[in-house]
Amino acid sequence: MSNITPIVMPKWGLSMKEGTVTSWLVTEGTNITVGMPILDVETDKIANAVEAPDAGLLRKIVAHEGELLPVKALLGVMADTDVSDADIDAYIASYVTPAVDEDEADAAPTTLRLDVGDISVRYARRGNAGGTPVLFIHGFGGDLDNWLFNIDAVAEKAEVIALDLPGHGQSTVRLPGTSLADMANFVARFMDAINVPKAHLVGHSMGGAIAAQLAVTQPNRVESLTLIGSAGFGDEINSSYTSGFASAASRKELKPLLEQLFYDPSLVSRQLVDDVLKYKRLDGVEQVLKTLSEALFPGGRQSEKPGLKLGEAGKRVLMLWGSDDKVVPAAHAKNAPKGATVELFDQAGHMVQMEKAGDVNRLLVAHVTA
Amino acid sequence: MARKISIKQAINEAIDQEMTRDPSVIMMGEDIVGGSGSFGEMDAWGGVLGVTKGLYAKHGSRLLDTPLSESAYVGAAVGAAACGMRPIAELMFIDFMGVCFDQIFNQAAKFRYMFGGKAQTPVVIRAMVGAGFRAAAQHSQMLTPLFTHIPGLKVVCPSSAYDAKGLLIQSIRDNDPVIFCEHKNLYAMEGEVPETSYTIPLGEANVVREGKDVSIVTYGLMVHRSLEAAATLAKEGIEVEVVDLRTLSPLDLDTVLDSVTKTGRLVCVDEASPRCNIATDISALVSMHAFSALKAGIEMISPPHCPVPFSPTLEDLYIPGSDRIADAVRKTLQKGKK
Repeated sequence: MSNITPIVMPKWGLSMKEGTVTSWLVTEGTNITVGMPILDVETDKIANAVEAPDAGLLRKIVAHEGELLPVKALLGVMADTDVSDADIDAYIASYVTPAVDEDEADAAPTTLRLDVGDISVRYARRGNAGGTPVLFIHGFGGDLDNWLFNIDAVAEKAEVIALDLPGHGQSTVRLPGTSLADMANFVARFMDAINVPKAHLVGHSMGGAIAAQLAVTQPNRVESLTLIGSAGFGDEINSSYTSGFASAASRKELKPLLEQLFYDPSLVSRQLVDDVLKYKRLDGVEQVLKTLSEALFPGGRQSEKPGLKLGEAGKRVLMLWGSDDKVVPAAHAKNAPKGATVELFDQAGHMVQMEKAGDVNRLLVAHVTA
Repeated sequence: MARKISIKQAINEAIDQEMTRDPSVIMMGEDIVGGSGSFGEMDAWGGVLGVTKGLYAKHGSRLLDTPLSESAYVGAAVGAAACGMRPIAELMFIDFMGVCFDQIFNQAAKFRYMFGGKAQTPVVIRAMVGAGFRAAAQHSQMLTPLFTHIPGLKVVCPSSAYDAKGLLIQSIRDNDPVIFCEHKNLYAMEGEVPETSYTIPLGEANVVREGKDVSIVTYGLMVHRSLEAAATLAKEGIEVEVVDLRTLSPLDLDTVLDSVTKTGRLVCVDEASPRCNIATDISALVSMHAFSALKAGIEMISPPHCPVPFSPTLEDLYIPGSDRIADAVRKTLQKGKK
């Protein structure tokens, strides 16, 4: 029955164990192409569309709307018309959801910690060592969970590292400095500490500006750049977002701000708001965010634009932007260095790597394995 | 946030971190250090259920074992607060508050008002609340409504380890007297808690489960009974929203009204005695502010109006269970507008 292709519950992020099927976006009989959104799934962290990893004719929908199912549970079955209904039923009847290997889960902690100077850094490391690893750098106020749709997918092809920047996520609430150079130097020190001389840098928003800064000042540490909704390429930045995010103290203030990050505001689940609120309520975080925001984005202008110097660095650059980015305008893509590959995504906001995860992962893997 | 600790550990960590951060934080109570009022054996006891264990070794004489006189040491704590310290007084069982009501109701709660705002009383009074501990009528009461009734006091009752730590740190930093109610049957409950210090504002409810059909408004141990009921009802296709008030004074009425406006149906669940309790208060406030949103009469679930029984069988019957809560939810769905 090798000509039957299962559609299974995806694993989004490090902690996902199960998800609820919210609705199917296709019907039985649909010819599914790779990357097509086929159903909506909601986890306790986020809701999103599952994009088809494989192509085929959807013969049977197995998971009903509203069903809560473990990761890798069978959701549907794709097969050509020459496969009989009986074969498909037999396949469904014999399908066993692979159990999550608890030993494996225990043996490999989801995240690691490491001291870099006086800052304890939380980071994740996935995939097989060998070759140049891919290092993910999140944006202002973010953390490594911003890559929850990307880490595991990219880790199938390359070693992946993602960190919480100082003052962010679960790293120590302290900044090594407030300039992009300070942050980029910290990333280089982190790379030293984990014995990574050189990496493919993937940066989102402020993380893109940090990656660009590192490529400009320490080009020997950078193999290639992938910059997503990146800061550092123009003047404008939505200061109602950056300063609002720094000062928002309640769910009511925070939710509309987080909704600005997405083309589809319904992706902002209660749990997502709660998680950000929990981070923001840690002692010192508000001050860290205000300090960074005032240094890097004073009065709604970006004070540093390392992206404009990238031409001299001579790195391969992939730039991804959501057409509806409400934080850093997609128009800044015009300042991409000569020779860069630029992709704009319709119906995507600032969090392109979440809203267009499938496309982003394919482009990213192609870019870092080229 | 992979680390899980119990509510008991979360409370200990909150006190430890605040004592480390702020030298004006001190603690006093019966048996919070050595169990006998003497310092002969260091930190042998750590409170009646071991909540403060280990703190004396770190912070020494800033933890004070007191004689068995609640009115004396609660008064001392209130006075120290008025003079610039941030004392935490531990009162073992909230049932013992009776002997120091003057210090709490008539002194601590009134200073800011009666001194024209020139005085403040940043004291936290911690005490265990609730039934189910086989501790009989004098050690099992849920006296949260008594304190909620008094202007000038803030009243907190957490249901999770995350909330316990964040709310206690906020209570210690708050400049008004806070009655911090710890449910003794929740001490062992574990949850994910950041190691760093953090705060949760007083007066912010938490929607612990989202649903569109019926709102349950509750706090403390009853949050968990309500969540059990919600899980049962989900199998019947009923989506229950559970609002954990977390802070009873100040009250986050906005979150309650938002929820009831969405669902149109309300069940108030309170472990306190049924007359003039948190459930009756929420019920009255919702009737007044969101009557037009209601599709059915409000249901209230509380214990019977009697002392907490010592007989284990009767005590289990006394405490509202998830079955009673689920029945009340079904009842609101059967009556009223569709």
